[in-house]
Amino acid sequence: MDFGTIIIMLLKGAVVSLEVFAVTMVGALTLGLLVCFLRMSKYGVLSFLAKAYISVMRGTPLMLQLLLVYFGPYYIFGISLSSSYKLIAVFIGFVLNYAAYFAEIYRSGIEGIPIGQYEAAKMLGYSRSQTFLHIIFPQVVKRIIPPVTNETITLVKDTSLAFTIAVHEMFTIAGEIAARERSVVAFIIAGGIYYVFNLLVAWAFSKLEKKLSYYR
Amino acid sequence: MSLLKINHIKKKFGDLEVLKDISLEVNEGKVLAIIGPSGSGKSTLLRCATMLEKADEGEIIYEGYPNVLVANKDTRKEIGKNFGLVFQNFNLFPHRSVLQNVCDAPIKVQKIPAKQAKEEAMELLKKMGLEDKADDYPQQLSGGQCQRVSIARALALHPKILFFDEPTSALDPELIGEILKVIKDLAAEDMTMVIVTHEMNFAKNVADRIIFMDKGVIAVEGTPEDVFNSNNERMHEFLGVLNDDFDAR
Repeated sequence: MDFGTIIIMLLKGAVVSLEVFAVTMVGALTLGLLVCFLRMSKYGVLSFLAKAYISVMRGTPLMLQLLLVYFGPYYIFGISLSSSYKLIAVFIGFVLNYAAYFAEIYRSGIEGIPIGQYEAAKMLGYSRSQTFLHIIFPQVVKRIIPPVTNETITLVKDTSLAFTIAVHEMFTIAGEIAARERSVVAFIIAGGIYYVFNLLVAWAFSKLEKKLSYYR
Repeated sequence: MSLLKINHIKKKFGDLEVLKDISLEVNEGKVLAIIGPSGSGKSTLLRCATMLEKADEGEIIYEGYPNVLVANKDTRKEIGKNFGLVFQNFNLFPHRSVLQNVCDAPIKVQKIPAKQAKEEAMELLKKMGLEDKADDYPQQLSGGQCQRVSIARALALHPKILFFDEPTSALDPELIGEILKVIKDLAAEDMTMVIVTHEMNFAKNVADRIIFMDKGVIAVEGTPEDVFNSNNERMHEFLGVLNDDFDAR
């Protein structure tokens, strides 16, 4: 197999990796905020449930979670799903897992906002949702860029875990090529693609950070 | 006319009685200064009056409204429109420009058209001598300028009463004067104000009435002359400490 073919095959896989990445970012950043709200809720039950959720999601391997999401429906409930469920299972597993991490990142950001910001907003008559949307959240975004960057870079690499349930993303394909060709070239190229992807991620976040550096 | 009546309010934090039976009245167009040693409860009193804290018992009645302590959420929101509060450490919104800090609440809360709100905000900034800072961000300003922005921000909502919680305590000594001048100018325009302050001379000069608080009660109350000439022992001690402090500098 020539070099060009390997690259084309890997890039095809990279598209799937990118899909997993994009769906996870959008899904987990959204669900994470929701989990964060529950975690910070004044209702003990909700906050306990969110805490337990975060604890389990962070405390068990993502690989195991993926297997559970994929095989769970059949082994537990006897529901057989088509093979197209594979990718869906990866989406679900990743979003559920990453939401837990993002929830804690949001929480650290929200708790770091001085109480005076809330008091000033209250004095000016902002409603609770206005206060969060216009005063608190924009400042939270700025504060959490560094930890979110970290998590995002980890996510790019974690997409390779989709190979566990044989989703044809880049790492799975690299493995197949390596086995067939008896060569590590595919792994090295895949590594290069992951690396370039993460360079882009780091660059984009530092751009955003710069853009928000107009205030402290 | 009285705009605010506070009757027999009490406030405890745990076992600590911070306010023990406080009553006072705020009259339209008048300036009330609240002085006293730290821990005397003056900031807590202000925070109760502005609904940042809830007093345990008593009455806080803004002209035309029911007692704050028993009012429901919607009524409290209505009551909140009657006053503004200037904080010791400004609490400006760091991610918003000076102009946005001043005009955002009128636009978002009072639903005033953006153009009109911006014009009014610029007027206020001009009055505060800050029109050239409109597009700056709070971090670019001095403490005194920040405090002037926060006064403009409070004024933008046209409060009937403006509360100040130690407005100069977070400022470098050389910046205190500019804030005191702004407050003096507002007093000259008959703005109704309640000022918790450590600036004795300022209180003497600008206030119509002074309340001296000590250990959660109003120890002395009256015109500046009454208060500074009173023979209340604690008041003397307090002024003595301040003078010693002054000499020590």
